[in-house]
Amino acid sequence: MSATDLQNHPAARALAQRHRLRVWEGLPWLLALACYFAFPRYLGFGTEILITVLFAISLDLALGYAGIVTLGHAAFFGAGAYTVGMLAKNGIWTEPITGLLLGAAVAGLIGFLSGLVLLRTAGLTLLMLTLCFMGLLEESANMGADFTGGFDGLDSLPIKPIVGMFEFDVLYSKTQYLYVLAVLFVCFVFTRTLVYSPFGHSLTGIRENTLRMHAVGAPVERRLVICYTISAAIAGIAGALWAQANAYVNLSTLGLDRAATVLIILVLGGYGRLYGAFVGAFVYMMLEHFLSKLYPEAWQLGLGLLLVVIALFARGGILGIGEELRRRFRGWRNKP
Amino acid sequence: MTVLLETQSVSKNFGALRATREVSFKLEEGARHALIGPNGAGKTTFINLLTGVLPPNSGKVLLKDRDITQMAQAERVKLGIARTFQINRLFRGLSVLENVYMAVAERVGAAPKMLTPAGAQRDVIDESMQLLESLKLADIAHHTIVGLPYGRQRLVELAITLGLKPEVLLLDEPAAGVPSAESHIILDAIDALPKTIGVLIIDHDMDLVFRFAKRITVLVRGAIFAEGTPKEIGANPDVRAVYLGQATQHG
Repeated sequence: MSATDLQNHPAARALAQRHRLRVWEGLPWLLALACYFAFPRYLGFGTEILITVLFAISLDLALGYAGIVTLGHAAFFGAGAYTVGMLAKNGIWTEPITGLLLGAAVAGLIGFLSGLVLLRTAGLTLLMLTLCFMGLLEESANMGADFTGGFDGLDSLPIKPIVGMFEFDVLYSKTQYLYVLAVLFVCFVFTRTLVYSPFGHSLTGIRENTLRMHAVGAPVERRLVICYTISAAIAGIAGALWAQANAYVNLSTLGLDRAATVLIILVLGGYGRLYGAFVGAFVYMMLEHFLSKLYPEAWQLGLGLLLVVIALFARGGILGIGEELRRRFRGWRNKP
Repeated sequence: MTVLLETQSVSKNFGALRATREVSFKLEEGARHALIGPNGAGKTTFINLLTGVLPPNSGKVLLKDRDITQMAQAERVKLGIARTFQINRLFRGLSVLENVYMAVAERVGAAPKMLTPAGAQRDVIDESMQLLESLKLADIAHHTIVGLPYGRQRLVELAITLGLKPEVLLLDEPAAGVPSAESHIILDAIDALPKTIGVLIIDHDMDLVFRFAKRITVLVRGAIFAEGTPKEIGANPDVRAVYLGQATQHG
C-alpha cells in the first residue's frame, strides 16, 4: 500500500473522523427546548432531570472512560452545592455564574486532593474508599451546623438574577430550566471535546489495560488524578446548579442515595457513551415519577426489576441495546 | 561495542524464594541476545527487574551507564526500554490502529493534549498505519482486538512496542501460543527489526532461539548458569544436562 492508500485506509479515516458531529446529536437539545414550550408546568421536574444528566456526565468521564470505580461521587455534587449555599446564606457571594465557578473550584480541589491518595488503589478498595470519603464529608456537614445548617440544611438562599436580568422563578422554574440547559450544554461540549482528545483516548487505554499503559510510558496516576479532578469539578457545577435552582441545600446532596442513584442511571443508560447520561437520567426519573404515583409503596420494585434485566441481558445499558440491534440489522442486511 | 543495558549483581527475593540471584548481565548495542532456562528459572522476573515493574532487593540496573534502579516503569520507557508481554496485554475493546496509536501518541508527546481531537493528530495516525503496514497488519487495522486470531494479536503486541521506537527491546516469548503455521510472521518481523536496537528475547522455543540469537544466557534457579555463543551453549554438556536434554525429551 502506498502512503496515500494508508491515509485513506478505512481504519485511519474512522479514527480521523471519530469526533465529527453526527446529525442525531442535535436531537437531545431540540427535545429539551421543545419540552420548555410543551410542558411549562413541569419545568421544575425538567430542571431536576437536566442537573442529573450533568451529574451523570461527570461520573461517565471518571467511570465510563477512565474506569475509576466510585460510589462516592455525590461528595463533589455536595461540595459544589454547599459552596454556593454557605456563600449565599452568609451574604458573601450571591452572583450565580461565578457561584458555579466557585463550586467547581472547591469540588475540583477536593477531588484533586482525595484523588492523590485514593487513586493509588483500584477496584473494590477504591469503591469502599470513595464511599468512606463521602461519608466523612456528609458527617462534617451534619456536625458543622453553625456553617452548614446541619441536618436541616440552609434554605431561602438569596441568589442574584442571572447576568443581573433574569430572576429565578419560584413557581414554575422557567429561568432555572433554560439556565441549567445552557450550563449543561457548555459542560457537555467540553466533556465531549475531552473524551475524543488524545488525553481521552489514553483514559480509555487505562480503562482497557492499565498495565499496558504503564508499559507504553504513560503517567497513569497523573492522568487519573487529572481526570478525577475535572470530573469532580463538573459534579461540583451540577451541585451548585441544584442549590441555586432550588434555593436550598441539605444533606441529601452528599448522601449515598444520590451517589448510588447516579451510578444506576449511568449503568441504565450505558456508560462510556456520553449520551448514556441523557437516556439514563430521563428514563430513570420518568419511571420514578410515574411509578411512585401509581404504586407509592412499591415503586422501587419496578426500577429494581428493570435493573436486573439490564444487568443480565444488556451490559451496555439502553444505548447498548440500540447498538446491538443496529449491528444485527446490518449483519442481516449484508447477508448474501 | 557500547553497552546499552546492564545489571550489576541484581537480586530479587519473594519471601524465601530467591527468584533472581546476583545476576550481572550486559546487553550491547545491536545485540541479538537470548535468555533461556527451565520453567521457574526466573526469566520473567528478570525482565520485570529490567523494566521497573519490580524493584530489586539489591544490585543495580544501568542504562548507558546511568543508574535507573529506582526509576519507575514509565520513565524507563521514555528512555527507550520497551517490552512485549508473555500473555497479550492489549486494549481489547479498541481497533488495531487505536492500539498502536496509544503507544505512538505517548512517545511523540501528543497524549496529554485535551482540547484537540485524537483524529486531528495526522502524524500519529500516519506513523501508526505505516508501522502496521510494515508488520502486514494494515488490512486488519480497523478490526477490534476481540475476535482476532491469537497470532495476529501477538503481532499487535509487537506493533505497540515498536511504536515506542525502543533502543532496548525485551521480547517475552513472542511466539508463545501462536500456531506454527503463523509463527513465521513473527519471526520475520523480529528479523526485520532495525539493526541498531538491542534485543533480548526470552523463549522456550529452541528453533527460534538458535535461529535468532548471536549470544545466549542460560538462567537456572535465578542465577546465570552459562553464557556464550549459540555454538558454545549447544556444545556445553552441563547446559545440555539441565536444559536442552529436557527440552529434547519433551519434544
